[in-house]
Amino acid sequence: MFVCRTCRQTVQSATYVQWPSRACVTAGRGSFEQRRGVHNTRVQCQSLRTRLVVLQNKTNLDVSLTKGAGISTSSSLQGSAEENDQKFQRPMAQTTIDEEEVKKFSNLAELWWDEAGEFEALHSMNELRVPLIRDALVNQRQQESEGTVRPSLPLEGFQILDVGSGGGILSEPLARLGALVVGVDASEENIKIAQAHVMHDPKVARNIKYIQATVEDLVGTEAEKFDAVVTSEVVEHVADVPTFVTACCQLVKPGGSIFLTTLNKTYLSYALGVVVAENLLRLVSPGTHDWNKFISPQDLQYILDQNDFSTRLLHGMMYNPLMKRWSWIKNTSVNYAIHAVKAT
Amino acid sequence: MAMSLSLLFRRCCPKNRQALHRLFSTASTSESSDDADIVISGGGMVGASMACALAYSDSFADKRIVLLEAAPDRGDFHLPKRYSNRTCALSPSTAGLLSSFGAWEEIEMMRSQPVRRMQVWDSCSDSMIAFSQEDMTEPLAWIVENDVILGAIMRRLRQAPNPVDIRFETSAKSFVIPHVSESWEEKSKHPWVKVELGGEKSIYTRLLVGADGSKSAVRAAAKLHTVKWNYEQTAVVATLRLAEAIDNNVAWQRFLPTGPIALLPLSEEFSSLVWTTTPEDAKHLLKLPEESFVDAVNDAYWHERDKNALADKAVDGFSQLLNNIMPGGTAMKQLPPTVTGVEEKSRAAFPLELMHASHYVRPRVALIGDAAHRLHPLAGQGVNLGFGDVECLTRILEQAVAGGSDLGSLNHLLTYETKRQRHNLPVVATIDGLQRLYSTDFTPLVVARSLGLTAVNSLTMFKNLIIQRATA
Ligand SMILES: Cc1cc2nc3c(=O)[nH]c(=O)nc-3n(C[C@H](O)[C@H](O)[C@H](O)COP(=O)(O)OP(=O)(O)OC[C@H]3O[C@@H](n4cnc5c(N)ncnc54)[C@H](O)[C@@H]3O)c2cc1C
Ligand SMILES: C[S@@+](CC[C@H](N)C(=O)[O-])C[C@H]1O[C@@H](n2cnc3c(N)ncnc32)[C@H](O)[C@@H]1O
Repeated sequence: MFVCRTCRQTVQSATYVQWPSRACVTAGRGSFEQRRGVHNTRVQCQSLRTRLVVLQNKTNLDVSLTKGAGISTSSSLQGSAEENDQKFQRPMAQTTIDEEEVKKFSNLAELWWDEAGEFEALHSMNELRVPLIRDALVNQRQQESEGTVRPSLPLEGFQILDVGSGGGILSEPLARLGALVVGVDASEENIKIAQAHVMHDPKVARNIKYIQATVEDLVGTEAEKFDAVVTSEVVEHVADVPTFVTACCQLVKPGGSIFLTTLNKTYLSYALGVVVAENLLRLVSPGTHDWNKFISPQDLQYILDQNDFSTRLLHGMMYNPLMKRWSWIKNTSVNYAIHAVKAT
Repeated sequence: MAMSLSLLFRRCCPKNRQALHRLFSTASTSESSDDADIVISGGGMVGASMACALAYSDSFADKRIVLLEAAPDRGDFHLPKRYSNRTCALSPSTAGLLSSFGAWEEIEMMRSQPVRRMQVWDSCSDSMIAFSQEDMTEPLAWIVENDVILGAIMRRLRQAPNPVDIRFETSAKSFVIPHVSESWEEKSKHPWVKVELGGEKSIYTRLLVGADGSKSAVRAAAKLHTVKWNYEQTAVVATLRLAEAIDNNVAWQRFLPTGPIALLPLSEEFSSLVWTTTPEDAKHLLKLPEESFVDAVNDAYWHERDKNALADKAVDGFSQLLNNIMPGGTAMKQLPPTVTGVEEKSRAAFPLELMHASHYVRPRVALIGDAAHRLHPLAGQGVNLGFGDVECLTRILEQAVAGGSDLGSLNHLLTYETKRQRHNLPVVATIDGLQRLYSTDFTPLVVARSLGLTAVNSLTMFKNLIIQRATA
């Protein structure tokens, strides 16, 4: 089974890919290319269920490829793959959640929600991205009408789709500010983790629904339904960015907003985002990021343009690992955020 | 929305529908149990003002705040004729905080006495230092009785726009703190703090604020360590009557080898005494007949027995030198008023210690006031640090609300801790240093401190800095 090392999830979508380890990238070009080939083939099944089966077959193939690649560090790689296998492989078909399950996901939720743990940088990024989304939406509404904003619930009345919601680190604050949030994630595990966490906070739980799905699944029924689509730190994990972003765009109402944060495709982002963050500082587990999936703001803006969106804001973001704080900067060569608005 | 959601559910994850339903129904049942956004344990001056600051802030309009106080409800406060022997010197920034929820105006309507000048001098030499705002228009501080402060805050708390659930005669039997309490690991694993009130009653809260004083139960439950200094010293307090009605607006503090004695203005005729001395001496002072006690106070201010010839000479020479460099820098020494009586039963004694918690926060827990730090009363800073904590924590929680954060999130609580420790620690250390420096008559130290005081007195800039720090 194919498992994301950061998010501890299983693969369930054609656009959703997380390489198990960067070790295979550096160790064997051949295997890397092959792997990419496998995953870039868009699977054209209509039903999600068939798609899953196809993918499961493919991922099995994938693991065997990795194992057969003759990598010097293969023992550790295999070890972790097997470990992940045991830990995360569960029967796919489930009708109810039993107590054991709930407990297990609460434990995993602790990992996602440990503010000083592996996802620390995502937690502290909220200090930038929540105000960015809040202020943009509130301004937009104030331009349209002269309604008063409740200071504690400024996002009341907005419907927001959080794509790749993970453990809900960004969905929860948006819901707490009054928005109705739908969090979708390709990983069933993450969806359960997010649910297990939010259920303890009834005020927030009222405003959130987490759904295991991919954006492409939603386009059929939910096109132009959302005031805003947010997809933060997801694009760099996606196999087919144009398809993914186009689907996100289709879900936004005319005049609505899209917010993206991701990593740029520059040598600096490789140095800082992959080498330093993963291997030297161990801010995130090695293998979290595949530089080849990073995308430049220009390329991203081009896709947004194609979908009738105009960019309102493009900002760089910088993480200070000592202070454990993010700040806005001009330079977009490592991390950046984009806000774009759909034509009416 | 409901429509589109149900569509989503049917389309994408039919198998999860029941599971989701279960999760959400669990969520709604737990709502009926007693949940709070913030529980404040301890309704002293600091805890009550925390509750008040939140209750008057727009950001907390729809938040549920609970205040637990062990003592019974004393009802609306009526100003007694007699002055109380427990007083505090409130700084301008404390006045600002209290005014933000109308409590300062209540205090002014009751009683308070401004301090426009503060004179500090040494019994071992002629050195002295005087502080005042340049034009004496803005007071350095106000002396207010503790009962008046608390009475004013409680009155405003009861009138607050976002009502606070005040529970008197209530103290938690225990706290279950995530990741800290053993019982959390074993049982609940609920991500919030559980405040167990005894019987079946308990409150789950997103944030627990410990304002329960220097013996804080919250601090103990959160396993936050403290550093303590015991001075083997006792503070004797009393309300004193002055010889004649004067424009009483100077605080007089004289350092004796046994400790500082401070006379703080209460009204034209009364002043409040805080006399720090050895435990034996304190016992003796409490037992003395009233007349002899008054004599002892006057003697402490006026006697010249401790004068150290060498120190005096050094100071004389140094003052002249300073005067040559900075003419007009040294303020004139003034003479304290004479005391003629002590109010009946106003004498009391408190053992002194200095305590500082090495951390003020845990996930979902924050300490404020004496629960986090207890000072020697020598600088009259104690409660002002606590009010500073309230101001800082309120601002940070407002930001957390604006950012949609969980109120108990460690991220912003750490910001609170860093900010306050950066402010409080130097105060704690300076006051500890001063205390040590002044409880000796060992000549080199006496000379050093005398020269220190004299130099500070003439260095106008430095003095203004101290005033800013003490009043900020
Ligand atoms: C002699 C002396 C002189 C002083 N002079 C000055 C001065 O001049 N200027 C100055 O600024 N400061 C002075 N201080 C310090 C000042 O009094 C304190 O800093 C101040 O009282 C601290 O307020 P607090 O609310 O943090 O704690 P406290 O005043 O100790 O209040 C704690 C409250 O919590 C309640 N409580 C305790 N445990 C529980 C529980 N488990 N459950 C529920 N409730 C509980 C208590 O009943 C109390 O109401 C002096 C102190 C002393 C001893
Ligand atoms: C680094 S996490 C970010 C989580 C969250 N957005 C945040 O910022 O806290 C990336 C998440 O994106 C999800 N993901 C990746 N590709 C996806 C896709 N194509 N569709 C939906 N979710 C995807 C992963 O499962 C994972 O939970």
